[in-house]
Amino acid sequence: MRLKLKVWRQKDQLDSGRLVDYQMDNISEDSSFLEMLDLLNESLVEKGDEPIAFDHDCREGICGMCSLTINGIPHGPEKLTTACQLHMRSFKNGETITIEPFRSKPFKITKDLIVDRSAFDKIIEAGGFISVRTGSAPDGNAIPISKSDSDYAMDAAACIGCAACVAACKNSSAMLFTSAKISQLNSLPQGKPEKDRRLLSMVSEMDRSGFGNCTNYGECHAVCPKGISVDFIANLNRDYAKASVKNLLKTIG
Amino acid sequence: MEQISPFKRLIASSLGKKYLMALTGFVLVGFVIAHMLGNIQIFLGPEAINTYASKLQNLPIAIKWGFRLFLLTAVAIHVWTAVLLTIENKQARPNNYADEKTVQASYASRTMPITGLIVLCFIIFHILHYTAQVIFDYKDLHYDLNGEHMHDVYSMMVLGFSHWWVSIFYIIAMGLLCMHLSHGISSMFQSMGWSNEKWRGVLKITAILIGAVLFIGFSSIPVAIMMGMIKPIIGH
Repeated sequence: MRLKLKVWRQKDQLDSGRLVDYQMDNISEDSSFLEMLDLLNESLVEKGDEPIAFDHDCREGICGMCSLTINGIPHGPEKLTTACQLHMRSFKNGETITIEPFRSKPFKITKDLIVDRSAFDKIIEAGGFISVRTGSAPDGNAIPISKSDSDYAMDAAACIGCAACVAACKNSSAMLFTSAKISQLNSLPQGKPEKDRRLLSMVSEMDRSGFGNCTNYGECHAVCPKGISVDFIANLNRDYAKASVKNLLKTIG
Repeated sequence: MEQISPFKRLIASSLGKKYLMALTGFVLVGFVIAHMLGNIQIFLGPEAINTYASKLQNLPIAIKWGFRLFLLTAVAIHVWTAVLLTIENKQARPNNYADEKTVQASYASRTMPITGLIVLCFIIFHILHYTAQVIFDYKDLHYDLNGEHMHDVYSMMVLGFSHWWVSIFYIIAMGLLCMHLSHGISSMFQSMGWSNEKWRGVLKITAILIGAVLFIGFSSIPVAIMMGMIKPIIGH
C-alpha cells in the first residue's frame, strides 16, 4: 500500500504544533496501524529525525493507552476497535490519513500524539473506589449479587479509560467515562454505602477539570472501542438528581 | 475544601444546567403544542378562534400575567443556561481538529445553539407583532358574536400573514423550531435520566414526529392565508 500521512507534530506543551506530511510505500494490508507508525519511526530514526511520539502499551485493545484520532475519528474508522487493533486493510491504497492527538482542554499534549490524561485519574481519585479494609481477597460468593446487577456492573467495567469519548464529543464531555465508572461501583453492594458521596464528588471533579457538558450527541458511544452505552449517562443523570436533592434536604432538615 | 451550599453546587454543576434546560424545555414544548392547537382553530372560522381568544384574554389578570411571567421565566432560564453551556463547551476544546468528523450526531443536535438563537429572535418579533402590536396596529379590529364585543383575532391573523415577509419568516422560524425540538424532546428525557436503550429509539422517533406535526400545524396557517384558502371577513 502507498499512503500519505499527515501527522500532528508538537515538540512540547508550549509548542503550537502542526501537521507534517509523510509518504509511506510498501505497507502491508495486514500490518496494524501502530506497526505502520513503527515503520515510519524506523525510517525517521535512520534519517536522523525525531521519531513520532505516540502512546501504546498492550496492543491487544485492553489497556486503553492508544489515543489517536485517525481521519477525524478517535481510534479510526472501525467500530468497537482501538487504534492498536486497527489494520491497514481498513484503508484504501493511495489514501491520505490524518493522525491527530485526542483534543480536549484538560488533556494537555505533552508531545506529538501523546496527551496527558491524568484528569481521568483525578475523577477516579474523587470517588472511583470503595472504602474497605484491605487484606486477603474475600470469599468469592460471600456477598450474593444478582445476575442482572453483575452483568450491568460488568458492562460498565468494560470501560478501559482511553478517553475516546472525550475526544469524539463535540463538547469534549467526560460523561461516558464518568458515568461508566460511577455505575460500575454504584450498582454493586460493595459500592452502595458510598453511592451519593461518590456521585457528587466525581461529577464535581469532572466539572472542575474543565470538561464540557453533555448535550446528548451520542458520539461517545459511537466511537467507544468497548461499546459503553449512553444508558450509563442517563443513569448518572437520574442518580445525581436524587443525590443532590437528598443532599439539599439534609442541610435544610 | 471551600464549602458551597448544596443548591449552588447543583445549579452550577454540568448536570444541574442540563436539568434546567430539560425542565424549562419541557414547559416550552408544552406551551408550543397548546399554542398550535389553539391557532389551528382558525380553520374552523372566525367564530371559533375569536371565542377561544377572547376566553384567554378574559382570564383573571393574575392568572393571565402569572402564566405569562412563568413562560417568560422559563425562556429566560432556558436561554441563559444555553449561553453558559455553549461557552463552556467551546472552552472545553480550545484547539479544534484539523480533520473534524461526525459519526452519527444528527444535524439538529449539532445546531441547537443557532436554531435556538434564531427562534428567540422570532419569538421577540412575534410578541411585538401580535401581542404588543407595535409593528402593525390591530387594536381597532372588532368582532361581534351575538352582541358580545371581542377582539377580531381571525382578521388579525389574516392581515398579519398577508405580508409575504412575515409569512416567510414565520415558516422558516417554525422549521427551525421544529428541528430544535426534534433533538430537544428526546434529549430532555435523556438529561433527566428517563431514557434507556429500549426507549431511546422510540423517544427519538416521537420527537421527530412531534416536530413534524408542529411544523405542519403552524405553517399551514400562513400557507392557507397566502393561498387564499382562509379569506378575510367581508366588510373588514
